[in-house]
Amino acid sequence: MAQTAATPVNSVKKRKKRKNWELFFIALPFMIMVIMFSYVPLAGWIISFFDYKPGRPLFDCTFVGWKYFKMFLTDRDVYRVLKNTLIFSGIGYMLSPLPMLFALCLNEISCTRFKKVAQTTTTMPYFISMIIVYSLAFAMFSTDGVVNSVLTSLGTGKTINWLTNKKIVYLFQTCITQWKGLGWSSIIYIAAIAGIDQEQYEAAAIDGAGRFRQALHITLPGIMPTFLVLFLLSIANFMSTGFQQYYVFQNSMVYSKIEVLDVYIYKMGLKLFDYSYSTAIGIIKSILSVLLLFVANFLARKVRGSNIF
Amino acid sequence: MAKKRIGPGRAAFSILNYTFFALFTFICIYPLWYVFIYTISDPAKVASQNVVLYPLGFSMYNITRVMQLDGLMNAFLISVARTVLGTVLTLVSCMLLGYVFSKEDVPFRKLMYRLLVVTMYVSGGLIPTYLVIKAYGLLNTFWVYIVPPVSAYYVILIKTYIEQLPISLEESALIDGASYIRIFIRIIMPLSVPIAATIAIYSAVEQWNAWFDNHIYTFSNSKLTCLQYLLYNYLTEAERLSQMLESTHVTQEMAERAQKLTPMGVRMTVTLITVLPILCVYPFLQKYFIKGILIGAVKG
Repeated sequence: MAQTAATPVNSVKKRKKRKNWELFFIALPFMIMVIMFSYVPLAGWIISFFDYKPGRPLFDCTFVGWKYFKMFLTDRDVYRVLKNTLIFSGIGYMLSPLPMLFALCLNEISCTRFKKVAQTTTTMPYFISMIIVYSLAFAMFSTDGVVNSVLTSLGTGKTINWLTNKKIVYLFQTCITQWKGLGWSSIIYIAAIAGIDQEQYEAAAIDGAGRFRQALHITLPGIMPTFLVLFLLSIANFMSTGFQQYYVFQNSMVYSKIEVLDVYIYKMGLKLFDYSYSTAIGIIKSILSVLLLFVANFLARKVRGSNIF
Repeated sequence: MAKKRIGPGRAAFSILNYTFFALFTFICIYPLWYVFIYTISDPAKVASQNVVLYPLGFSMYNITRVMQLDGLMNAFLISVARTVLGTVLTLVSCMLLGYVFSKEDVPFRKLMYRLLVVTMYVSGGLIPTYLVIKAYGLLNTFWVYIVPPVSAYYVILIKTYIEQLPISLEESALIDGASYIRIFIRIIMPLSVPIAATIAIYSAVEQWNAWFDNHIYTFSNSKLTCLQYLLYNYLTEAERLSQMLESTHVTQEMAERAQKLTPMGVRMTVTLITVLPILCVYPFLQKYFIKGILIGAVKG
């Protein structure tokens, strides 16, 4: 008995000692794909130093050094686009406590059924595509959309096309972002609230603290760490407001205010075929994002004493 | 329970709170409800009245006519194909990689894992990626929708999940002399159903909602247009569509169509067809949707 048991155990040890090439070869094709699609493009960064024209081999193109990077600094459009990007991400940072507030308020709703329905429906917009969001916004807010037809029937006599109104671009886009993301972002806080020790509430109730004081002194401190971590993580996205929303919602009336960096990169590259310049802007953006990631990590180490990764 | 005293401040807050969530719920549902009632309304009535809260009459006209539009059926099939194939490929490759990275004796494991994680933060950017896809000959092929199937984020989630599975099960299988692939199929896969379901759903939603790859890589091949992009085209070409309908060279048939199948009618109907699969799946799989957010958050 002892002998028969000893042999397999031995073979397990042997197997553990020798390298596991079987699994290595399973992983290999996938890793080759990762390299092909994520690392080979990095070599393409070189075209930002050439006057690259699509369809012409690179060695036929003139080497121009830092021309396109200098161009970025003097391009007047860049200032406008950067301003838009900073405004949108600035608004995003200012509204970042909203999901926490949303979760706190939802937690105060005592009717479980209502709470569940509210949570389910407000999370749903996150899972529909930006094209659908645009289509819905069009149905609601265009000149012959519902909002205008209701306004007209109420006798205001004026129709506003919300989608092409230059004055309200920032506000309107912020509302769209919040509509799509608020419910979803709050879920993580709802989970954090569920994880708070219930005994604390009981103790506070005995001490005479009302619901408001309980929320302020127990729930809020309980979910604050989550908020800080998420806030730190979002620092690196300072330059990346996302592309889809601002691309889909742009039109000739509002483009000067809605165009963000990602949309500009797209426009320069695939609309105006200035591949080199578009790539140069992309590089600057990537490098800044990675730098910001290190800044965020540094801050995280100061605040929490550990890295964010 | 002790009797609660409700002060005026608390009552006011409660009312405000309920009102806020009722309103928010309403604005999340209403646009979709509107699309639905617009689509099934009688187009003749819609021309003279505004649809606001309930359908005006009932008619399948919009749906039946839109179904006959060029390319709609094809776009639907392409969307279904990319969703099914893309999800299966993503799931298989991420599960396998997650499993491989959970084993410490795999050669170059750390190097490969780091290579993968870095892709979450650094990418070549729009144009370099475009040029690479072009060089591989993938422009205007179905492949751009489904390769590369590997997503670093999903792999990390799966790896973390597999690492916390009870290891003794696997050890005893090894003693029985099973190969790693066999262990993966017989033990790891059945134990990983919860995480696999979550990732499958996220991947499927992502595929169904995707349109940008269609917009930049396959826009010149109309046979590869997926539903989202078809809708985008209807939305952006609306001006042209309505101009066409209003132009002076209106034939009898076109005039009739202008009365009935309006650009808005087309848009709303295609929107309904595009969003319906998500809405049908969402309530039943909601727990997986939410789980996906939470496991991601724990990692973050």
